[in-house]
Amino acid sequence: MPISLIQPEFKVHIDYDKCHKCGRCVQQCGWGVYSFNERPIPDDSKCRACHRCVTYCPAHCITIRKNDLALRDNANWSPALRQGVWRQAETGGVMLTGMGNDKPYLSIFDHLVLDACQVTNPSIDPLREPMELRTYLGRKSDAVQVASDGNGGYRLAESTGVEKNIKLDTPIIFSPMSYGSVSLNVHRSLAMAAERLGILMNTGEGGLHADLYPYADHVIVQVASGRFGVNPEFLNRGAAVEIKVGQGAKPGIGGHLPGEKINREVSETRMIPQGTDAISPAPHHDIYSIEDLRQLIYSIKEATGYKPVGVKIAAVHNVAAIASGIVRAGADYVYLDGFRGGTGAAPQIIRDHIGIPVEIAVAVVDQRLRDEGIRNQASIVAAGSIRSSADLAKAIALGADVVAIGSAALMALGCHMCQGCHTGSCSWGLTTQKPELTRRVNPEWGAERLTNLVHAWSHELQEILGALGVNAVESLRGSRERLRSIGLDEQTCKILGVKPAGM
Amino acid sequence: MCYEPLLDRMPTTRMPSFTDREGLFAEERPRYAEEASYKIHGGCGLMGICDESGTLMSGENAIRAIAVQRDRGNGLGGGFAGYGIYPEFPDHFCFHMMYHDIRAKEEAEALFDRYFQVDLAEPMPTRPVKGISDAPLLWRYFLQPDPHKLEGTEMSPEDFVVHTVMLINSTVDGAFVASSGKNMGAFKGVGFPEEIGHYYLLEEYEGHTWVGHNRFPTNTPGWWGGAHPFTLLDWSIVHNGEISSYGINSRYLEAFGYKCTLGTDTEVAAYLFDLMLRRHKLPIELACKALASPLWSEIDRMPEEEQAVMRSLRAVYGPGMLNGPFAIVLGFNGGMVALNDRIKLRPLVAARQGSILMVASEESAMREVLDAPDHVWAPKAGEPVIATVQGAEPLIHGELHLSADEVSCAVTGVLETCETVEVN
Repeated sequence: MPISLIQPEFKVHIDYDKCHKCGRCVQQCGWGVYSFNERPIPDDSKCRACHRCVTYCPAHCITIRKNDLALRDNANWSPALRQGVWRQAETGGVMLTGMGNDKPYLSIFDHLVLDACQVTNPSIDPLREPMELRTYLGRKSDAVQVASDGNGGYRLAESTGVEKNIKLDTPIIFSPMSYGSVSLNVHRSLAMAAERLGILMNTGEGGLHADLYPYADHVIVQVASGRFGVNPEFLNRGAAVEIKVGQGAKPGIGGHLPGEKINREVSETRMIPQGTDAISPAPHHDIYSIEDLRQLIYSIKEATGYKPVGVKIAAVHNVAAIASGIVRAGADYVYLDGFRGGTGAAPQIIRDHIGIPVEIAVAVVDQRLRDEGIRNQASIVAAGSIRSSADLAKAIALGADVVAIGSAALMALGCHMCQGCHTGSCSWGLTTQKPELTRRVNPEWGAERLTNLVHAWSHELQEILGALGVNAVESLRGSRERLRSIGLDEQTCKILGVKPAGM
Repeated sequence: MCYEPLLDRMPTTRMPSFTDREGLFAEERPRYAEEASYKIHGGCGLMGICDESGTLMSGENAIRAIAVQRDRGNGLGGGFAGYGIYPEFPDHFCFHMMYHDIRAKEEAEALFDRYFQVDLAEPMPTRPVKGISDAPLLWRYFLQPDPHKLEGTEMSPEDFVVHTVMLINSTVDGAFVASSGKNMGAFKGVGFPEEIGHYYLLEEYEGHTWVGHNRFPTNTPGWWGGAHPFTLLDWSIVHNGEISSYGINSRYLEAFGYKCTLGTDTEVAAYLFDLMLRRHKLPIELACKALASPLWSEIDRMPEEEQAVMRSLRAVYGPGMLNGPFAIVLGFNGGMVALNDRIKLRPLVAARQGSILMVASEESAMREVLDAPDHVWAPKAGEPVIATVQGAEPLIHGELHLSADEVSCAVTGVLETCETVEVN
């Protein structure tokens, strides 16, 4: 019997006429594709098309192609479904994967277009005029009350709570990726970039490594169901605290960081024994309902001198009601993670089939909070596949205050979306703890690339705002009048609160 | 927020021909409050003049100031509001009414007779003017709420008046309340503003404060009530501009209960003033700073205490910030406030001559009206110009306890706005 019915997905082709026989590819590949016998010999079955070898080959002689093996066409049984059956028949296990949902669901972002000014109101040139992106994350009061200061001016009569808000120089933050699932150098890159950009990185559920303590003002510390690394000191080492209830890639599912990734430093940061699996339960075992969440929010506020506390949830069918409850429970921001959001490891069946798009989630949550008159009480963070500044602008127009980027941030650091994060062998040194791989990311280099990316998107957002004739991002936030849909059905348009193009 | 199919939109209402004045042939009278259910874009010219000493001046000044800005309109709307113009009836509410036909007038007057003591009812004095045609029936009424009717309602007289405005605008088809304040009135219609001014014989009125408007809509609404100023009791708003942030401004106001149905930016500005000044009790200077916020770079350089105020204003009222080009003049019984957008994308010039403060879209207006202005300047972006008449009432109008949807109904009278409001 054959060992496996599954044929390699990719073909690695080396042009041996050009090959220097230097062995760089053997050294670079984290997946063990290459062996060396006078020249590099690839094992196609191990290749994930991450292009590490291609990028580093000094002779540019490596090409990765799709394995063009014909399977009889069947619109119902796609090759991926057939492979899934074979793989599970071999292993008897749940298929794991990394990164976000790769199925061809309709992208709502790609069916929305933005407005621009012509004649009746002027567009504004962001190269010559101020174009403001500053955003305050957190709870705001409904009204400002002032009293005379006795000199003809005014002072605040009572706290509006804005002083507890976090100032962001641009409405983009880094989404939570735990130390453990990604390497410390990735965390260092994110923290340095967040500081330079005046934004926030997020620890994810793996605690905060001591090396990042200096960046505390630009860090959101996360409390997830496993409570890894959580103690009063940790809670106070961030600008805000986030309670992670769910993740877009795996709503309703816990986490599992295999023991191989728990080295000494990860073990110290997570406060668990070295080499043991780090298992996050599916629910928080002290949050079985909304009133429990309220208690946790206020426990954390008490422990931190009332820092902002956010709640991250996966976008699911009833997201509007859930978010409304979260705001009423006292959260300062609600983080909505759409079903295309990435993950370090998730069952493929969950990743690809549970949850709803972030566009819908933002639209219904923003509207529900407005209907209930509590929109000012919390910020909305949108995440779950923000792929460009266009997605950013559209998410803001639908009602988000801020977007969070994870997959895009990893791509800035080299990720090629090979979906092998769960293997711990990332050739780009991102989702791995193997020292020979993690050292591939130089934090200074990483921070510069992340800074470049966020600067570029911010400039593009400024261009979009200028075309829209507004000079502050708050004038786009929730301004769905500036969006039109193309090719979306009427019901979806109604849910989004967006008119079709032409109206 | 949802959209409606294109074909369901209301057609633009038109004035009746003279043969139809009795209302005998009209099968269905137009609902005057609704100009169009879609957004009408447009540019405009405006003016405001206030003698802070309270000395009265002829409406001729307002006409001249707006006439020299003729190019800023296209003959599809002009209007004025004057304050202090009815010294014979300083404590009466004055209703300026527009009627489609006699039947509408009779229905509205039945309401006045039932709920008010009407001390004078007369046709609005007008003269034939070339260029003005298809005017509605124009009447004015000096009245006070019937004390017996008022007693049973637990309302203030101001509440009572606004409720009447809502009742007329929403239930009496073919009738529209152009203004309803004390010792003031709005005079507006379709035409060039100088024609409208002469049509209403404005040169024969004397007021301490005048605001005027010259409209350039991008389509042809042709509806008298749609001209500026918009009014609510004593307040009148004239507006030049296009609020690029209309989408979020209207959604923000909707969360407070206001209903933005006219699709005009002016309506949004009126509600934002109502929210900040009347309901949140912000001083006018700060409300202006919230509507046309300073840049963050300016806020960061302010003294600490001022910074805290401004940061809170921007963070809290950010969704209400009017972004995009505009110049606004808000008239009230104690003076006027003129405000420009935050980067001065629309013109606004101011001048002072003794106790007279004047603003307009163009300097030519000041040169036309003032003999020798002491000082003519272009107010900085977002810097309000405030004129206050000595000893006059403060900006907040009387005792008003209206909810947001009641205000919306009173300002617009659009059916769907008023449906949820108890108008009795």
